[in-house]
Amino acid sequence: MRFNVLEHKLVPEHRLLSPDEADEVLKGLKVTRDQLPKIRKTDPVIRVLEKIHGPIEEGRIVRVLRLNQTAGVSEAFRLVIGR
Amino acid sequence: MPMGGVTKRINAIKFALLSPDEIRRMSATKIITADTYDDDGFPIDMGLMDSHLGVIEPGLRCKTCGGKVDECPGHFGHIDLAMPVIHVGYVKEIKKLLQSTCKSCGRLLLTRQQAQEFMRDLEAQEELGADSTEISEIAKETAKEAQKRARCPHCDTEQSKITLDKPTTFREDGHKLTPREVRERLERIPNDDLRAFNIEPEAARPEWMVLTALLVPPVTVRPSITLESGDRSEDDLTHKLVDVLRINQRLRENRDAGAPQLIVEDLWELLQYHVTTYFDNQTSGIPPARHRSGRPLKTLVQRLKGKEGRFRSNLSGKRVNFSARTVISPDPVLSINEVGVPIEAARELTVPIRVQAYNMEIVKDWVKRGPTPVSTNGQFVPGVNYVIRPDGRRIRVTDKNAETVAETVETGWVVERQLVDGDIVLFNRQPSLHRMSMMAHEVRVMKEKTFRFNLAVCPPYNADFDGDEMNLHVLQSEEARAEAKILMRVQEHILSPRFGGPVIGGIHDHITGSFLLTYRDSRFNHEETTFILSKIGLKEIPKPAKTDKDGTEWWTGKQIFSLVLPPDLNIAFKASIGPKGVKDLKQLTAEDAWVEVHEGQLKSGTIDENAIGAFKGKILDKIARDYGSERAKQFIDESTKLALGAIMVRGFTTGIDDEDIPEEAKRQITDVLRQAEEKVQDFVEAYRRGELEQMPGRSLEETLEVEAMKVLGRARDQAGQIAGKHLGMENPSVIMARSGARGSMLNLSQMAGCIGQQAVRGERLSRGYWNRTLPHFKKGDLGAQAKGFVKSSYKSGLHPTEYFFHAMGGREGLVDTAVRTSRSGYMQRRLINALEDLKVKEDGTVRNTADTIIQFRFGEDGVDPSRSVQGTAVDIDDILQEVLGEEPGWRERMAEKEMTGYGLTEKDMIVELEEEEETEEEPPEE
Repeated sequence: MRFNVLEHKLVPEHRLLSPDEADEVLKGLKVTRDQLPKIRKTDPVIRVLEKIHGPIEEGRIVRVLRLNQTAGVSEAFRLVIGR
Repeated sequence: MPMGGVTKRINAIKFALLSPDEIRRMSATKIITADTYDDDGFPIDMGLMDSHLGVIEPGLRCKTCGGKVDECPGHFGHIDLAMPVIHVGYVKEIKKLLQSTCKSCGRLLLTRQQAQEFMRDLEAQEELGADSTEISEIAKETAKEAQKRARCPHCDTEQSKITLDKPTTFREDGHKLTPREVRERLERIPNDDLRAFNIEPEAARPEWMVLTALLVPPVTVRPSITLESGDRSEDDLTHKLVDVLRINQRLRENRDAGAPQLIVEDLWELLQYHVTTYFDNQTSGIPPARHRSGRPLKTLVQRLKGKEGRFRSNLSGKRVNFSARTVISPDPVLSINEVGVPIEAARELTVPIRVQAYNMEIVKDWVKRGPTPVSTNGQFVPGVNYVIRPDGRRIRVTDKNAETVAETVETGWVVERQLVDGDIVLFNRQPSLHRMSMMAHEVRVMKEKTFRFNLAVCPPYNADFDGDEMNLHVLQSEEARAEAKILMRVQEHILSPRFGGPVIGGIHDHITGSFLLTYRDSRFNHEETTFILSKIGLKEIPKPAKTDKDGTEWWTGKQIFSLVLPPDLNIAFKASIGPKGVKDLKQLTAEDAWVEVHEGQLKSGTIDENAIGAFKGKILDKIARDYGSERAKQFIDESTKLALGAIMVRGFTTGIDDEDIPEEAKRQITDVLRQAEEKVQDFVEAYRRGELEQMPGRSLEETLEVEAMKVLGRARDQAGQIAGKHLGMENPSVIMARSGARGSMLNLSQMAGCIGQQAVRGERLSRGYWNRTLPHFKKGDLGAQAKGFVKSSYKSGLHPTEYFFHAMGGREGLVDTAVRTSRSGYMQRRLINALEDLKVKEDGTVRNTADTIIQFRFGEDGVDPSRSVQGTAVDIDDILQEVLGEEPGWRERMAEKEMTGYGLTEKDMIVELEEEEETEEEPPEE
């Protein structure tokens, strides 16, 4: 990998949630997995995360913390999907 | 009116192909003759208008179901085609299938192993609930993979290349494949292999994409019209089907008679053409079939597609009753919540009223009046147009039957009463680009024939009165009226959700008026004051601010304006008349441009666009936010009336002599312009000699252009400044420009001083003739005059060449706006189609109709801009000041706040980011 996209200033922080944390998040939001926004397994960010955590299966959840002019820090979640 | 909710939810829709068998099974009759009616005007059996296909003439009965005109939905028939033809809608599918299956054994061109792999992938995706686009993606990949193979893995036949000759001709290595051959190949594809293409063989055998029987739509779908002359005019689809039948007949005869192959093939192709255009008459590659008059026929696809098609015109959009449309005109006396409706319209528009015990008397009274009651005192009196019985029958009320109908009215009936003052209606102006394009108003029935409303409501509708028309819709249910009143009333839309400021507010003369009312120490005598105050219906005059020695009493404009402010309002800001960028309080005070309201009293400053204007009004903004929409409505109504009172007292006019400047100033301007021209000439000469110093990143030519533009731009500004020096605040044009009522100082300086450089695409004019703009100049002339600098002012008039240059610049503006509106309209349409089903749920998330999350919090911060203060939910400074009272230095802070602007600054972000990182996992390294 030539470039770690997570280090780019425009890419918000992504963190892979453990299955327990993921269940917690789903419970907190009162949603099922398929109602979450998706991120592809082939996404550069997921590829970087795979270097750290090893292979990431479909169905895992990634937390995104983004900085925003008006909101400050906001939290979002992405469901990892195939292809 | 049945008011049931959704009782069923559509889970899935399945599309399938019609097999020839199914076509014949569902067909009410076979169609064989191209003739429609016999000499007596009766439909011919087995013709296109066969009465088995339904009825379109009243009195006749359908031969299939026995129903009369509105009972029989119509039935399909069919045509047996002499030779198979390809369905244009499926050529892509057919091509894909032909290319990825074997020419001799029909198997998928993949090894069993490969095929199974793809199938597994498909099944896995289906199980995970992937949507149709993802599944079709896999199917596409399968086909792509199969096409690569040159030899069949099952029977070892070498494959040849299949190409598509648009629209419907397939070729194999150059020679034609007839539709029959195509069909035979498709027939050979085994069911199991089809599943790899995501085709369900039970629903869609591929050979059904090559038609052997053609479904004929019911006559109700293609009714014929009887003209006044008694002639019958058939529908376009019928015309097309006649063509198909004729050729089909000839083809069959020729084939059966054993005609030469060539003739049969020609007819076959002709049949293909007719069937193709029957489906889609805009197929590329073939000429559209035309009517005898030369008009292209409107066939199946044309009925559905585009803006005038079934979807956009009849299903997404509908024509409605209880609506009216007419020209609009202004009426400043109306409240912003009202709309003036002409009597003629009010007589046609009705509100259904359910008759109950409590309203029986009054309703009977209404009905008794009939549809056109005569008024006794010049006031509009509502009548009743229709009465609806509980069984749904409508009875038209006329002057004759009014009395008798009124007697029969009972509880449970519905009476359609004409509009009266206070009814809630929706008012709309196209294009409806935002939610403020359709707002709820209260009716005021008025004389004359236009819709009227308060001028402060022009900006949200983007309306003016140069002939604009608007639509009005009368709400028909109590629920709708309540909802509209709460959500759609004009006063609820004073603050825009786009930028959180007011979109409703003073424009034009309202601003001029409040300027005249409040500028400096403007004062009014007793008569004037009573006149102005009478506009807002004030009964008592406040104490005069000043009394002269001779006993004349004076009221200041600031004092009068303060009457409409909430008594506890505190605010300070810079007025629009204040010069840009100036932060110095002293200087602002000197120009009366520092507005300060303390405890509801206007202490200093001029009320102009920055105070009460639409989009910019600070006082308006604050009142709407802190005191609610009702108070804001009252403020707008009253302040606009005050302003109009003031402008009527003072009088206001503008003319071209507003831009008169002394001879001396004119000389100065000519001097400035001459110097600028000389300077440009110097640059040109320097460029010619090669002495011009090149700017970084630009060529020598570009450098010259930039320098020239700079010099000439500065010259225009200087001319404007010189002119502006002689145009003071007593000048009506300047009042309008500075207060923000209309026009700008640039407009004025172009009228009085110099119009300046004309540009196309941001560059000085250069095109036209060889190396020059016009034949009036030497070739290669790079001077100011030759490249579109207009020295004259609008007032002095332009020289012919200048006039031409000005037209060139002006044309670009026109073209730009035309292009922009069409392009942004399309963009808007796509955006709205994508966003229309999103809504904010109770938990603050934004979701679509499938209930999947789009945003975890609305806008990521959960703040409604129309209820926020500069992007934050609470304005702590403001609250502190309110609670603690006036603290020293709050004025300065106000000035300061203006500078910091919106939300967090970049510096704030970095601090927050560092704090955040301590709690978070270290960013991954690589």
